[in-house]
Amino acid sequence: MTTYYTEDHEWILVEGDQATIGISAYAAEQLGDVVFVEVPDVGTAFGQGEDMAVVESVKAASDVYAPVSGEVVEANQELEAAPETVNEDPEGKGWFVKFTLKDPAELTRLMDATAYKAFCDNQ
Amino acid sequence: MEQTQVKELRTTPLHALHCELGARLVAFAGYEMPVQFAGVMEEHLWTRRRAGLFDVSHMGPCFLSLADSSLSGEAAHQAISAQIEKLVPSSISSLSPGQARLTVLLNENGGILDDLIVTRPFDDELQGTLYLVVNGAMKHEDWALFERTLSPHVSLQQVDDRALMALQGPKAAEALGGVLPGCGTLNFMQGRRLIWRGQEVWCSRCGYTGEDGFEVLVPAEVASDFARVLLADERVRPVGLGARDSLRLEAGLCLYGQDLDPRRTPVEADLAWVIQKSRRVAADFPGADRILEELVSGPRLKRVGIEVTDKAPARQGTEIQLNDESIGMVTSGGFSPCLERPIAMGYVRSEFAIPGTEIDLIVRGRPRAGRICTLPFVQPNYQR
Repeated sequence: MTTYYTEDHEWILVEGDQATIGISAYAAEQLGDVVFVEVPDVGTAFGQGEDMAVVESVKAASDVYAPVSGEVVEANQELEAAPETVNEDPEGKGWFVKFTLKDPAELTRLMDATAYKAFCDNQ
Repeated sequence: MEQTQVKELRTTPLHALHCELGARLVAFAGYEMPVQFAGVMEEHLWTRRRAGLFDVSHMGPCFLSLADSSLSGEAAHQAISAQIEKLVPSSISSLSPGQARLTVLLNENGGILDDLIVTRPFDDELQGTLYLVVNGAMKHEDWALFERTLSPHVSLQQVDDRALMALQGPKAAEALGGVLPGCGTLNFMQGRRLIWRGQEVWCSRCGYTGEDGFEVLVPAEVASDFARVLLADERVRPVGLGARDSLRLEAGLCLYGQDLDPRRTPVEADLAWVIQKSRRVAADFPGADRILEELVSGPRLKRVGIEVTDKAPARQGTEIQLNDESIGMVTSGGFSPCLERPIAMGYVRSEFAIPGTEIDLIVRGRPRAGRICTLPFVQPNYQR
């Protein structure tokens, strides 16, 4: 199991061709209080970098992008009733979707935890 | 996350203090301004329960006065009022000393060029001067309009190099009263010149949150000291522009550039109350024909509140539909921290501007349920 990160602050936890996706603790802290999350329907396919979900704070709506290409096999419906979960546990219970990867080679374009931490420190 | 370009931006006299307080800064109206300190939700609720201190120095405070006039007292006030009344539909001449009034600058079609607060000074020796605060994003256009339109005998003094601070909330009067005792003589929509540590400050009991509170114009040299004295009071915390926007939306107050623009008249904007009867009778303001006609026959569009019954916020630009037909557009929308649900305002065709009308809000292509309602969403707490 390895977690990768994108420059748009999504995380993706990979086990074989299955993955769980969410937004990073850094992103959740930057957004502030999350008041609404819109997750995609199961069965929807996305290319790497496509708009996949929406997360809204009091101030604004932000897009969440697919870190890699794949298809949604499960969406976290709990977030509709409890969007604050994204702030409370962004890289755990605040996950957005589970994915079947289309092309694991795309993961090489992402950052590991160490590289991502350095990336955030430079923001 | 978007990166904010901070080059070439002006800073306010409180910039160093914002940095010290850990503000998150963004570009707004040509300035680098704090959007939040502890967090929008927390700052919003703190302002409703205690007192929030806002830096609004990006705005456009200015004075209009009669240059080289032999007039004094009431005659001087009438003369300067006649000048600004060329551009606004409100009665400025009828203001009593120390009274402030919300009004709008109008173009020849009756469209709104800006909204502003005009205050008649309280002191005898200041009659013939008006204190105006216009919007930060519009101040250069507004000031050019004054120079172009008003008599050469009127002088415009721009004082946006000073700091303008707003202290808002149910504890604002107690907190400011300890620092600037003269503020206690003011009721809602009254203002006057006061002295703080030997410096002239302009204090008005008004604001943009729906709460009791004050706006205080302070010389730049003492701005930080003044803010620090207020922040030393445990009831006062710094609040950014993020919460300022959510507070004003709950209070049903318009943001120029979103809810008001040159296409909209005061009647459409549900601000006909800014046009006093004497001005309606005189019909002597820009766009009077259209505006008076709308007052009789009703406007084509009307600004309304929208309760979003679905959970998805409907932001600015969201289309409003009724039975699959487009009837209007959201101009401001967000999440209400007090009501813990999304709220919005916008313009709909007048025939549908009836509280209780069920509508659809088209958010990212999907219809979300809403209902037309009256404004405000949260009742004001003004001290009259």
